[in-house]
Amino acid sequence: MTVQVLLPGVLAALAGGSKHVDVAPAGDTLADLLDALAADHPMLARRIRDETGEVRRFVNVYVDGDDVRFADGLQTKVRDGAEVHVLPSVAGG
Amino acid sequence: MTDLLAIGTRKGLWLARSDDGRRTWSVDGPHLLAQEVAAVSIDTRGPAPRVLAGIQYGHWGPTVMWSDDLGATWQETDHGAIRFPEDTGAALARVWQLRPDSADRPGVVWAGCEPHSLWRSTDGGCSFDLVRGLHDHPHRPTWQPGGGGGAVHTVLPDPASDRVTIAMSTGGVYVSEDGGDKWEPRNRGILAGFLPGEEPEYGQCVHKVAVDAGSPDRLYAQNHGGVYRSDDAGVSWSSIAAGLPADFGFPIAASPAVPGTAWVVPLVADMQRVPPDGRLRVHRTRDAGETWTEVGAGLPDDAWVAVVRDAFCVDAGEPTGLYLGTRDGCVYASADEGDTFTLVADHLPDVLTVKAASLP
Repeated sequence: MTVQVLLPGVLAALAGGSKHVDVAPAGDTLADLLDALAADHPMLARRIRDETGEVRRFVNVYVDGDDVRFADGLQTKVRDGAEVHVLPSVAGG
Repeated sequence: MTDLLAIGTRKGLWLARSDDGRRTWSVDGPHLLAQEVAAVSIDTRGPAPRVLAGIQYGHWGPTVMWSDDLGATWQETDHGAIRFPEDTGAALARVWQLRPDSADRPGVVWAGCEPHSLWRSTDGGCSFDLVRGLHDHPHRPTWQPGGGGGAVHTVLPDPASDRVTIAMSTGGVYVSEDGGDKWEPRNRGILAGFLPGEEPEYGQCVHKVAVDAGSPDRLYAQNHGGVYRSDDAGVSWSSIAAGLPADFGFPIAASPAVPGTAWVVPLVADMQRVPPDGRLRVHRTRDAGETWTEVGAGLPDDAWVAVVRDAFCVDAGEPTGLYLGTRDGCVYASADEGDTFTLVADHLPDVLTVKAASLP
């Protein structure tokens, strides 16, 4: 299956300049998707997750519009054709 | 000869250059804009000077980046120069210190990080290995975070032996005599006013440690309350705070050339943490802390700003140069051991670290 990952502009340079990345995960969870993303774009992937695999505190991930923190986190199911948004949270100064 | 000053701030890195013997400076930047640069070093051991920066890219996590062309381009390791091994269950929070080792150990760079950890690179800072001897120390689970986080923030490899001295907030001073396998706390005599009872074996909040030019066994420490000297490589410490207007502060620096000479930047404690009477000044000792003299003509009055632990450094020039950055984004330089300072830059973000080097 193929999933489209939508990135904020600040991360696009780490995905070859594109804000849209098509990813073909080996499984059907967000963790599988991010693993596949890391294989092709390791610098991009570690902006999203730390080395324990957790999504960084101030990074939000939405699967088809739903915040995965209020779903099943990294075990959130990702369907074929899904849109996964990666966005910075409201933080900083 | 060019003198280079790297200025790490909360929102980027600036590089200042002087081509006239440190009299005037031109400032180039921002580099790494929007990235917190809490650690920086200038490694002059290779064919080209390497600027190493420990960065925290806002929401996107920490890593180490480097430039071999004085900031024109930056590189980072694909999977991150510093990654906690999987079995630790830990994640890097911030790089607090990047310290190239001696010229006799080319490629070796040490990193002190949050959570409390020490790292060693043998490839110039492109990748680091966790120093397991410290990570596995039985004290580690009890080291507590200071206000800035729990970190190894000072790394002092002895160029003439396998001794490595580190300092942590909190945790205190630890020393390895075998290059990092075995570690012991060396804090006897250093008070911990934030803990009840007798002074502990460890757990002090030592803000910075510097090595005297005359002996690797003579150390100076700016503590969270108290300024100390050790003449036995940290085994015991004695107060040298008498004569200072305040015994609190973050940085301490020692001359790399003149034994007995060191500098502190006192702040009123415990809660205010501003210069005494709002006068930003440096205090210098010429006799290993027996006496102190206020210096720093050119530093500002009405300056209610702190200087954080790494925002103060010395260079290897003759005479020794001093560099000081403030939390209101000003950077000052002295080419005469602190007697006089001139403004290098202002209106930068909070200055977190300064490091200086002479380029061939």
